[in-house]
Amino acid sequence: MPACLELETAFIDAWRDPSFTNEYRQVLREFAGRPTPVTPLDRLSEQLGIRIFAKREDLAHTGSHKINNVVGQTLLTKRMGKNRVIAETGAGQHGVATATASARLGLECTVYMGEIDTERQALNVFRMELLGATVVPVTSGSRTLKDAVNEAMREWVTCVEDTHYCLGSVMGPHPFPWMVREMQSIIGIEAAQQLKDLGVDTPDMVVACVGGGSNAAGVFAGFANAPTRLVGIEAAGGSAVGKGSPGVLHGMKSLLMQDEFGQIEEAHSISAGLDYPGIGPEHAYLAQSGRAEYFAIGDSDVINALQVLSLSEGIIPALETAHAVAWLLQEAGKEIPLGATVLLNLSGRGDKDVAQVREILRGQR
Amino acid sequence: MKSLETHLRALRATGRKALVPYFVAGLTPDWIQHVEAAAHAGADAVEIGIPFSDPMMDGVVIQEAVLRALEAGTTLDSLCAQLATLSTSVPLIAMTYYNIFHHYGLERSAGKLQSSGVLGAIVPDLPPEEASDWMKASTSHDIANIFLVAPSTPPQRLGRLARLSEGFCYASARMAVTGKSSESGEGRRVVESIRAVSDIPTYIGIGISTPDQAREASEVSDGVIVGSALVQVILNGGGADEVENFVASFRRSID
Repeated sequence: MPACLELETAFIDAWRDPSFTNEYRQVLREFAGRPTPVTPLDRLSEQLGIRIFAKREDLAHTGSHKINNVVGQTLLTKRMGKNRVIAETGAGQHGVATATASARLGLECTVYMGEIDTERQALNVFRMELLGATVVPVTSGSRTLKDAVNEAMREWVTCVEDTHYCLGSVMGPHPFPWMVREMQSIIGIEAAQQLKDLGVDTPDMVVACVGGGSNAAGVFAGFANAPTRLVGIEAAGGSAVGKGSPGVLHGMKSLLMQDEFGQIEEAHSISAGLDYPGIGPEHAYLAQSGRAEYFAIGDSDVINALQVLSLSEGIIPALETAHAVAWLLQEAGKEIPLGATVLLNLSGRGDKDVAQVREILRGQR
Repeated sequence: MKSLETHLRALRATGRKALVPYFVAGLTPDWIQHVEAAAHAGADAVEIGIPFSDPMMDGVVIQEAVLRALEAGTTLDSLCAQLATLSTSVPLIAMTYYNIFHHYGLERSAGKLQSSGVLGAIVPDLPPEEASDWMKASTSHDIANIFLVAPSTPPQRLGRLARLSEGFCYASARMAVTGKSSESGEGRRVVESIRAVSDIPTYIGIGISTPDQAREASEVSDGVIVGSALVQVILNGGGADEVENFVASFRRSID
């Protein structure tokens, strides 16, 4: 708790200090490749009868939106006088991003990753190691993202003096959900302006996949006050809004998948990044207030969506992102009225997933 | 003043150092006999760990025990029913994570604990800032709330935690999860800081695994809590006799 209070003070101070935010934006520009473009998905749009624009977070350095948050948090780590970061990771995207940003600043980096995920995402483990990080396979519990968070929190307790916990999503104890959303809000702020430049004043809908919910929170932030429907897509096997109830875990009160006794259930998803039984508390609030809507997509539709986007647009999306694509394919002409303008947050690229997808497609034949 | 605190203050007045062993409820079918054996061997209170799927403050030993207890089907209802059969009057203190009570209902949880003979609760993931609902519910059922103070707790916060604590204040000797034990803890310093602001009994826990460590800790505090080392004995197959011997060895060491 004192560590969270210290972090809150440090973040508030940094976030209103122009020298900090200027450096943050400069690093995003010169190192992370921002701004990422908005791409009209013409062929898919024609096919579905809706107008789809993709915010290309897949083109950011390290292949996903995760870099936005870690650039901010690693700069904050240095500002707090700490020389080491720890992080949890599911698919490995946040772990790779943290290892990358740490290498850039010369910070020591340890990443906790569920043992099952280290197997599913072996190449990402190697990428992190190439970047100088130590990857610790977590063997407790379900051996996926939830347990990686447990282990990172256990570790943080022992080393708060010199170590920052670089949490990867809009979850966990305050100030993380707020801080990570702020650091990801650049996605939505950029996209809103880019759409305007393309002649779209406000999109009818913004769609993003949701595990903990950082890419969704980031893109939603640009449209919070617009008359735009905000839609989050969960994995059916990790659907905290769809199947969860209020609970307390990892220092937050939010919607969680749990059994009748309050034991947290294990999420099961084809995508390691959505394999989390909870959701960020702000998303739980947006769901409750009705400002954002949440739907779930099952594993079987995800592979198809990944193939469709690859073939029609020349973009291989991450399995996480493919959930949002699958929802567009499923709902065009239904939840999404024909002719509607939709911003899809293309949160990550699928390079990390191709080995897994190949195995699945081989199995289908 | 809640019953637990009255009891533990009276104990301190006799000059006796408190020994508080920790058990994971439902770890073995005969876990109730382990609690009875510990009381027989001189435990002054017993911590009852209520299993939760994600024990963030616990190290590998208690994680393993909790997993086994959950696989055996342990629930708040089942363990409370078993506690009601205890043949000893040793004060019981529940230790668990907030989601268990939150899910069961705060008022209902507190009532359930009280009717099972539980006098106190430790909920390490419930910070005082968020604790008012639970404190209201627990207070209406005479459940004492015990807060943890860590070596890193800043002075102002330490004062608040010490003043809020009922029964005793839990001084964590180390910046660590349960079960990790190093050469020297900071128990003495934490206890001294608590004593500077409160006269509540103060016990040292986290990382006390040998009778020698317990004696050292008891010399600077009012009592000691022994968790993982005892749970390990049970994980290794130890029964009531082994538990009794283990607790008795700590008793001798701190007397």
